[in-house]
Amino acid sequence: MSDSNDAPRKPARKKVELDPRFLSYKHVWVYIEAERGEVHPVSWELLGEGRKLADQLGVDLVGVVLGPPEARTRAICEEAFHFGANRCYLVQHDALRDYRNEPYTKCLTELVDTYQPEILMLGATTLGRDLAGSVATTLATGLVADCTELVIEAESRCLASTRPTFGGSLLCTIMTQRHRPQMATVRPRVMAMPDADASRRGEVIEHAFSIVETSIITKILQFIPDDTRDKPNLPFADIIVAGGRGLKKPENFQLVWDLAKVLGAEVGASRPVVQAGWAELDRQVGQSGKTVRPKLYIAAGISGAVQHRVGMDGADVIIAINNDSNAPIFDFAHYGIVGNAMQILPALTEAFRKHLAQARKAG
Amino acid sequence: MHSVVCIKQVPDSAQIRVHPVTNTIMRQGVPAIINPYDLFALEEALRLKDRFGGTVTVITMGPPQAEVALRKCLSFGADHAILVSDRAFAGADTLATSFALSAAIGKVREDQPVDLIFTGKQTIDGDTAQVGPGIAKRLDYQLLTYVSKIVDIDFGKKEITVERRAEGGVQLLKTAVPCLITMLEGTNEMRFGDMADMFRAARYPLKVWDRVAAGIEDVAKIGLKGSPTVVGKVFAPKPRSQRAEMIEVHDNDPQDLVVTLLAKVFTRHPKIEAEIIKCAS
Ligand SMILES: Cc1cc2nc3c(=O)[nH]c(=O)nc-3n(C[C@H](O)[C@H](O)[C@H](O)COP(=O)(O)OP(=O)(O)OC[C@H]3O[C@@H](n4cnc5c(N)ncnc54)[C@H](O)[C@@H]3O)c2cc1C
Ligand SMILES: Nc1ncnc2c1ncn2[C@@H]1O[C@H](COP(=O)(O)O)[C@@H](O)[C@H]1O
Repeated sequence: MSDSNDAPRKPARKKVELDPRFLSYKHVWVYIEAERGEVHPVSWELLGEGRKLADQLGVDLVGVVLGPPEARTRAICEEAFHFGANRCYLVQHDALRDYRNEPYTKCLTELVDTYQPEILMLGATTLGRDLAGSVATTLATGLVADCTELVIEAESRCLASTRPTFGGSLLCTIMTQRHRPQMATVRPRVMAMPDADASRRGEVIEHAFSIVETSIITKILQFIPDDTRDKPNLPFADIIVAGGRGLKKPENFQLVWDLAKVLGAEVGASRPVVQAGWAELDRQVGQSGKTVRPKLYIAAGISGAVQHRVGMDGADVIIAINNDSNAPIFDFAHYGIVGNAMQILPALTEAFRKHLAQARKAG
Repeated sequence: MHSVVCIKQVPDSAQIRVHPVTNTIMRQGVPAIINPYDLFALEEALRLKDRFGGTVTVITMGPPQAEVALRKCLSFGADHAILVSDRAFAGADTLATSFALSAAIGKVREDQPVDLIFTGKQTIDGDTAQVGPGIAKRLDYQLLTYVSKIVDIDFGKKEITVERRAEGGVQLLKTAVPCLITMLEGTNEMRFGDMADMFRAARYPLKVWDRVAAGIEDVAKIGLKGSPTVVGKVFAPKPRSQRAEMIEVHDNDPQDLVVTLLAKVFTRHPKIEAEIIKCAS
């Protein structure tokens, strides 16, 4: 995408000839990101999205699985079939045990050159961005980062990738017309998680990749896993109560915690709250924080700036509490309460407590 | 030791407004700043210079106004600054940008070998995190993204050890110098430049390189021509079809209002009630 310069560019011309070398490029690929045998859920979300694209194009949906020579690596292919892939390329090699840029870039580039996909998608995780940027440069093709919408343009059969730009103030649609594959990354939780169907099967194609460890310059001395105990996992929370600067004082942020406790919810925060130290960085929702997709998002004292919105407007139901009836959050929340959060939050906590007590008695 | 730091001048996106009718960015009065993520890269390079000696060169590809950003870097303590600027670069996507920057760094290397290249994690306007990896691949440098700490450099063996933020943990990596590091945010804090550096920054004879000076012959690889991605539509996020359903507070009685809200939410979205009962138990 345009990044050095944003002078208005001519809109994409309609009729663009694809370089004949790329005519044989076919099928939609999703890179299945696995570390230490754990698949990142974003890969399944991408398979869900990829299924739609592949069906529209009338081609196969292919999972790419790289990992060490272990039963677990192969088992990942089966899981990919459950989530919608009909084929997997499987590469097993000791050099692919832990993620390192060099062997992974070489391997994925080699697969692309050999089997020639039309579209290649990766999760916009630390791993996915590292790998996607390297592979796209090596192949000299286009890569669109952090897409929020992917569609096939009917006429050209090109992938039209929409992404936020200028921190979410605007959206733009970007296409790679003359190069293949068309590459895109998508942040976790932006796309919906598809349902797994354990009866689905597919074809595994093993690819022999040769590399010698001594030729790889970067070595992993140690992996220090994050301490995930008591760590919030906002992206996968079903209910989130979030607070913003409208809460005025760090003490008042406790009101968010109180409501969250009653609901069994996670606590989220806007950026100013995180910067002021009222909440940890892991709780920041938005463009430079986490993307969330809860069933219920309650926002108290949050204005609803685009940078916050892009992280949470995939929630099924949004309830906003704000004392300014013109706050932008009311433009996209489902239910709005104009009032003082310091009064509404405790009242909500109390009401939910009572309701739940009754529901429990009844059930 | 010689570090090259890639920085970009960007509009302060916190102050950007979109024109409600034309859907274009209103730039008037929006200050240009150094991409905030790049300051972590610059500070890290300056710290290495404090520890091991050497020089720090900052480089940017951008319009002539980007000179201001480079002088700011000099005032923080960078030794040299290069502005890569040519109309032919206009419209570059990340592939074309990384090509131009790697060519220019190639030129820098002719004068003095480069041990480390630093970039920020990402920019706040382009926001892609692709330019760093792109430069590394083009120069065939080892790539270390999301580095949170430089643990050690062994100049004798030409080896560097870093901590890198990975999914679910931190990798301790050892690799060869030269390499390219994209620095994670929040890992350090930019220093205040001292008086001497401020004066030097003001007088410093900035190097301005056009395409030819940057060693680029093939114009098909830069600017719009060298960019495989094509920007089509640009538009504002669409509002939901309906504004929020507002629930009135009567006589300052939040209790009443909350009851109304709960009744609505739970009758219309029975799944949410079930979810809460599940989560709360
Ligand atoms: C590059 C970039 C990235 C960013 N990334 C993020 C991000 O990831 N996440 C994020 O959240 N922001 C992000 N921001 C910041 C974003 O632009 C906004 O500044 C921020 O979201 C505002 O937070 P807020 O709503 O808590 O505060 P404010 O905008 O100050 O809003 C406070 C709200 O509280 C209301 N209020 C005041 N008193 C009360 C009361 N007593 N009861 C109820 N309501 C009250 C006010 O009416 C107001 O609407 C980013 C900005 C930039 C430039
Ligand atoms: N025009 C540019 N000039 C110099 N460095 C740049 C430029 N664009 C991007 N970079 C560097 O590459 C990093 C990633 O940028 P981006 O891929 O745009 O998110 C930035 O943090 C900068 O360090």
